[in-house]
Amino acid sequence: MFTAFLIKYAEIGVKGKNRYLFEDALVQQIKYALKRCEGSFKVRKTQGRIYVDALGEFDFEETIDQLKTVFGISGICPVVYVEDQGFEALGKTIVNYMDQVYPDKNKSFKVNARRARKNYPLDTMELNREVGAVILEAFPEMTVDVHNPDIMLYLEIREKIYIYSEVIPGPGGMPVGTNGKAMLLLSGGIDSPVAGYMISKRGVKLDAVYFHAPPYTSERAKQKVVDLARLVSRYSGPIYLHIINFTDIQLAIYEKCPHDELTIIMRRYMMKIAQQIAEETECMGLITGESIGQVASQTMHSLYATNEVCSMPVYRPCIGLDKQESVEISEKINTYETSILPYEDCCTIFVAKHPVTKPNLEIIKRHEENLREVIDELMERALSTKETIIVREEK
Amino acid sequence: MTEVYLDNSATTRCFPSVAAVMTKVMCEDYGNPSSMHLKGVEAEQYIKFCRQTIAKTLKVNEKEIFFTSGGTEADNLAIIGTALANQRRGKHIITTCVEHPAVLEPMEYLEKMGFEISYLGVDSKGRINLSELEQSLRTDTILVSIMHTNNEVGAVMPLDEAGRIIKSKCPKAYFHVDAVQGYGKAKILPKRMGIDLMSVSGHKIHGPKGIGFLYVNEKVKIQPIVFGGGQQKGLRSGTENVPAIAGLQKAVEEVYHFLDRDVEQLYQLREYFIRGLLQIPSVTINGSLDNDCSPHIISLSVEGVRSEVLLHALEEKRIYVSAGSACAAKKAAYSKTLQAMGVRKELLDSTIRISLSVFTTKEEIHYTLGVLYDIIPMLRRYTRH
Repeated sequence: MFTAFLIKYAEIGVKGKNRYLFEDALVQQIKYALKRCEGSFKVRKTQGRIYVDALGEFDFEETIDQLKTVFGISGICPVVYVEDQGFEALGKTIVNYMDQVYPDKNKSFKVNARRARKNYPLDTMELNREVGAVILEAFPEMTVDVHNPDIMLYLEIREKIYIYSEVIPGPGGMPVGTNGKAMLLLSGGIDSPVAGYMISKRGVKLDAVYFHAPPYTSERAKQKVVDLARLVSRYSGPIYLHIINFTDIQLAIYEKCPHDELTIIMRRYMMKIAQQIAEETECMGLITGESIGQVASQTMHSLYATNEVCSMPVYRPCIGLDKQESVEISEKINTYETSILPYEDCCTIFVAKHPVTKPNLEIIKRHEENLREVIDELMERALSTKETIIVREEK
Repeated sequence: MTEVYLDNSATTRCFPSVAAVMTKVMCEDYGNPSSMHLKGVEAEQYIKFCRQTIAKTLKVNEKEIFFTSGGTEADNLAIIGTALANQRRGKHIITTCVEHPAVLEPMEYLEKMGFEISYLGVDSKGRINLSELEQSLRTDTILVSIMHTNNEVGAVMPLDEAGRIIKSKCPKAYFHVDAVQGYGKAKILPKRMGIDLMSVSGHKIHGPKGIGFLYVNEKVKIQPIVFGGGQQKGLRSGTENVPAIAGLQKAVEEVYHFLDRDVEQLYQLREYFIRGLLQIPSVTINGSLDNDCSPHIISLSVEGVRSEVLLHALEEKRIYVSAGSACAAKKAAYSKTLQAMGVRKELLDSTIRISLSVFTTKEEIHYTLGVLYDIIPMLRRYTRH
């Protein structure tokens, strides 16, 4: 029976004069997400509300699923709307609505009317009472409960009259594109896709970089990262995924630096490379999946040592999460199963048995001096041979 | 070299004649062999022809050939089908610890259903010990399942002797042979060797995937494991995969056409390859170096180089091999076969399998050896601690 959705958004509502920018971005993002659905839709913005109208046949469940990927939406309400043809006609529509949406009538309800069009003959209180009476008359098994109703029936009197009672939670956050772009370091693990999701949720567009180390990492490991980027792009929109061949740098570090500092030094160079690409692509920050203390390279000391090479902000949204917490998010956004596929990535392949957990920055820097003769050229080559693919969720 | 495919134990390239006949069957002779009209009769001819071709290669009756979806299904049908049909005579089954999962998994399934399974060990060349087999046979043994050629190291089991021992000590026990790696690489004559059931896969002999067959001696009591329209005398219901069966026929025909010559050539290539490999320091061949093993499989341990890394390094040169152990990178699931053969622990994760076919040329092997000479010293510089 539903052919339209009322889109609720939370934080945008409190924005001041920029509000329209956020709303327009949300409309854009909704249109983009709905391209993946069967059928065609009209997305319109009226009086501080966004409505999605299905034009003809559409798949209800699929449409809801896609809307759930649009940041900025706090709730999705399947809505029925009618022209104002007097109260009696409205009463019939409402009875029909209740009958179809709630086949089981043993429920309590409350009517929550709102009158945006003040010239409607009944005021809010009267509307609540009269509509309640009509429902009770049609379905004597139903009861009114104004404190804890099973059904909250919303009625909005505007240029048309809108009826809805279900609010399906959306992902929240802010529409992508309202807050610049950042470069995600995507490894293939559980945390980095989660980190990308969380930053994107604040309206940030994503690019991503992956460090590939053939023959130590396989084509499948690379494909896995592409797949993860695609899953994240359901939320973030298209991602430019930059693939860097990191083998020679890794081998140089391996040959010239102490093995227990391998991971830290490697990560410092990864950050440097990511930052360089970020600058070239107008990104305003880096994103990593690091979480304090999770592994040797993510202790406070290690983060201090890694962060030292970065001049742009590094966003680490997983920083305070326990593993289980990021697992839960990855399950929610459907990246978990892909993340746990057992292909080696460049972080695990050369890891020392006992890596330093409290690296000393001065010592690390001194050891990096061993690379002085080769590293500039290797970095240059890694950057100039990068492969870039555009990853997006196809219909 | 555009591409050097050395993973023929995983699967093989189709013969062009196989692809051609399959296209014809799919586009023209697409009838259901069970249909009563002409289209059905035409399709049925392909099945009959394939049965005849196979039966000739094995010197068995064509009625004893049953098509399956491949080697795995043939193994499942042979093991589960005979175990269930004969469980009143006994519940003891013998197999080896180096079988393919298509045999080992049905065994575990039967174990859970109350059957008792004995697993024979192997020596350093990957072969079973015949006196262990003899000692394991009991009055309640109903089935012995031994592979023809081990898929990981190429060891060929002493099936002639095994057949004799089984038939003299336990005449009622059935003898099943998983010949997925052996058929088309060696002459196998079930009736002479005491084999009652034998599984074969199409895509290991340049035929299509999704087809295989089980030879079932007509005296064997066996029951189906899939049920339906009663095709193939009710033992394997389901519309026959006619295009694949037609393709299999061509593959069998081609493979057997010059079998002796081709096998001889494979042995020569293998020997040439092994001689070249042994030039590399700290490289060992697992299994036999002589011609008492399969002509197409070489299992190679390269000390200090992880198999997956070597595999990908070769892949960069467009040389395709298999990691000796199907080892998922993070949890070390080491090869049971290599462990059973007593291969040193530090080599388990440093083993690759090279497998040849009639398409393999001496130039390809020469090229591969050259690449190995280059990359192994390079890879050895970076070992994990």
